[in-house]
Amino acid sequence: MSREVVLSLRDLRVTFGTLLGNVQAVRGVDLDVHAGEIVGVVGESGSGKSVTFLGMMGLLPRSARVEGSATVRGAQMVGASVNEMRAIRGKRVAMIFQDPLSALNPTHRIGKQIVEMIREHQDMSGDAAMRRAIELLDLVGIPQPDQRARQYPHEFSGGMRQRVMIAMAIANDPEVLIADEPTTALDVTVQAQILEVMQRIQRELGTAIVLITHDLGVVARVADRVQVMYAGRTVERGSVDDVFAGSTHPYTRGLMASLPGTARERLVPIPGSPPNMLRPPAGCAFAPRCEFAVDRCAQGEPPVLVPLGSSESACIRAVELYSEVAR
Amino acid sequence: MSTEPILTVEHLTKNFTVRSSKGLRSVTRTVQAVSDVSFQISRGETLGLVGESGSGKTTVGRCVLQLIQPTGGSVVFQGRELVGMPANELRLLRREMQIVFQDPYASLDPRRTVFDAVAEPLEIQKVSGDHAARVAELLELVGLAPDHARRFPHEFSGGQRQRIGVARALALNPSLIVLDEPVSALDVSIQAGVVNLLEDLQEQRGLSYLFIAHDLSVVRHISDVVAVMYLGKLMEIGPADEVYNSPSHPYTQALLSAIPEPDPVTERQRQRILLQGDVPSPINPPSGCRFRTRCPIAQPVCAEEEPVLVDRGQGHPVACHFAQAVPVTVAAR
Repeated sequence: MSREVVLSLRDLRVTFGTLLGNVQAVRGVDLDVHAGEIVGVVGESGSGKSVTFLGMMGLLPRSARVEGSATVRGAQMVGASVNEMRAIRGKRVAMIFQDPLSALNPTHRIGKQIVEMIREHQDMSGDAAMRRAIELLDLVGIPQPDQRARQYPHEFSGGMRQRVMIAMAIANDPEVLIADEPTTALDVTVQAQILEVMQRIQRELGTAIVLITHDLGVVARVADRVQVMYAGRTVERGSVDDVFAGSTHPYTRGLMASLPGTARERLVPIPGSPPNMLRPPAGCAFAPRCEFAVDRCAQGEPPVLVPLGSSESACIRAVELYSEVAR
Repeated sequence: MSTEPILTVEHLTKNFTVRSSKGLRSVTRTVQAVSDVSFQISRGETLGLVGESGSGKTTVGRCVLQLIQPTGGSVVFQGRELVGMPANELRLLRREMQIVFQDPYASLDPRRTVFDAVAEPLEIQKVSGDHAARVAELLELVGLAPDHARRFPHEFSGGQRQRIGVARALALNPSLIVLDEPVSALDVSIQAGVVNLLEDLQEQRGLSYLFIAHDLSVVRHISDVVAVMYLGKLMEIGPADEVYNSPSHPYTQALLSAIPEPDPVTERQRQRILLQGDVPSPINPPSGCRFRTRCPIAQPVCAEEEPVLVDRGQGHPVACHFAQAVPVTVAAR
C-alpha cells in the first residue's frame, strides 16, 4: 500500500503493576495505519487488543506503564504532556467504545455534548457549532437531527447512542478513528447499520479506522487489513483476503476452525486457555495450545513477524506448515 | 423426528406490569414480553430459540421452568400441566428439568467450592447416596478433573465455569435442559468445546434442549428445530436447515442477512437487507404484525390484520401475510 501512514505504533508495551507482580498486557506491538483504510485488530479476551489503544490514548489508570512509540503523522502520544495529549486526543485521533451510554453525560442534551466537543478544538460560535452538530447527526443517519439534538442520552436506543458517539468522534475531522468493539453490545440487525455508518465515514471523509473486535465476521465485512493478536503480541497480519483465504498462523487458523459453519460438522476448539500474563511463557505464547508446536517454539524470545507470501506471520514453522501460501 | 414431545408449550403469554411516572401521577403499564407462543420439543431434540434483545426469548425459558408464572397458556412437560401445579409437585418434577445460565461468573457463588455448587441440587432434592462420588463422576463427564471439586470458582476460566454449570444441571439426571445463552460470554475458541460437550451429552443421555441464543450460527449448528422471535411473538418456526436455507419471514431473512460471515469475498458480494430503526417498545407494540414498522415489504393490511403463524406453503409455519421462501446464498465454509 503506497498511501501515507497516519498512525504508527512501534514496540508498544503496556505493563500493569499489581500486588502479584507486573502483568505484561501488551508486549511489543507494531502497527501502521494508512490514510483512509480500515484495519481490523482481532483477538480474544485478554489478548491486549483494547489495552494497546487505551494505552496509546493515555486512558489507562496510573498503575499502567506505557512504553514504546505511537505517532500520528509524527506527533508522539506515548509520554506526551497533558497539553500535547489534549491537542491530539479528540482532534487527530478519536475513540469510540463498546458501551456508548457510559461515555455520554446523562444530564446534558446530545447537541450540547457535541458542541462542547467541537468548541474544545475549533474556534467556532455556539450557533455555528450547533449547526455543525446537527449536520453530524444527520451524517451518521439519525432521523430528525435538529429535534434529536435537543434530547438526552436516555431517550436514545443503543444503536442510536453509538451513532451519536461516532458523530462526536468525527466532529473534529480526526485522521484516525479507534473503534473498540463498537457493535459488540448491539443486536445483529443494528450492528449491520453501525458498520454501514463506519464504512460511509471512511468512504466520504477518508478517515482511517482501527476496528478492534473479537468477531472475525465483522472484520471480513469491513476491514481492508487485519492484525491478529494473542497474549499481547501480533501473531499475524495481512490483507483480509490473504488472511481469510490462507492464514499463516496456527492461532488464526484455530480461531477460524472453531467457528460454527453452515455444515453440521463437529466444532474444533483450541485446547487449553490463554497464558497468565504475570509470567508469559518463553518463546511463542501460543505454543502450549498449538498442535504444531515443537521444542524450539517454547524457547528464547517471542518470535517476530516475518513476511510469508503477502502476509506476515510470527510462527517459526509457518514456511513449512503453510508452503502453499508462500508460493 | 421422533413423535413424542417431551415439552408442549401452547399460547404462552407473559405480561409484566411496570410503573412509570406521568407528571406527578404514577401509572402502571403492561409489557407484553411473551405473547401467544406455541412450540413442541421432541425427546432427544434441540429447539433453538433466537431473537434480538427484548424479543422475550429468556422469558419463554423461565416460564417453561415455572421460574416465573406465565400470565396465560399452557406448559405440558412429560404429559403433565405445569401451569398452576402445586409447589410440592413442581419441586419433584424439577429434577427432570434444569437450566444453565449465560454468565458463568454470576451463576456460581464465589464463596462456595465446586463441590458445594454441583452437590447443591442433590441436597435440595434430598437425593441419598455418596454425593462425593456423584460430583466426581459429573465433573469427569463435563471434562474437568474430580479433584477440581475442592476448588473455588475464581480458580477457573470462563469455559471451565460453564462446564461446572453444566455439571450442576446434570446432577439430578434431568431430561430437559434450558440453555439460556450458554456460550455467549465465551471466546470462540472456548465456545466450540462447550458446544461439543452439550452435543455429546445429548447423544449419550438422550437429553432435550431448549437452546436460547442470539448467535444465529451457533443455533444453526446445534438445533434440530429453530424458532424465531420478535417482540414477544414467534415469526417463523421450522426445521433448522429449512429456516436457514430458505427463510420465509422477512424478519428471518433480514436477521440472517445481517450476520457477518468470516469470508471477505462473500461479504463483498452479499445482498443485505438493512432494517431501518430499532425494535419498538413492547409496552405499546405496533398493531397487526409487530414487525411491520421495520419490514421492507409491509402493506396496509399488515397494520390491520395480525398474521397468524401457519404453514403458508413453505413447509413450516410463518407469521407473515406475504411469506415467501427466499434461498439464502451464503458460500459454504
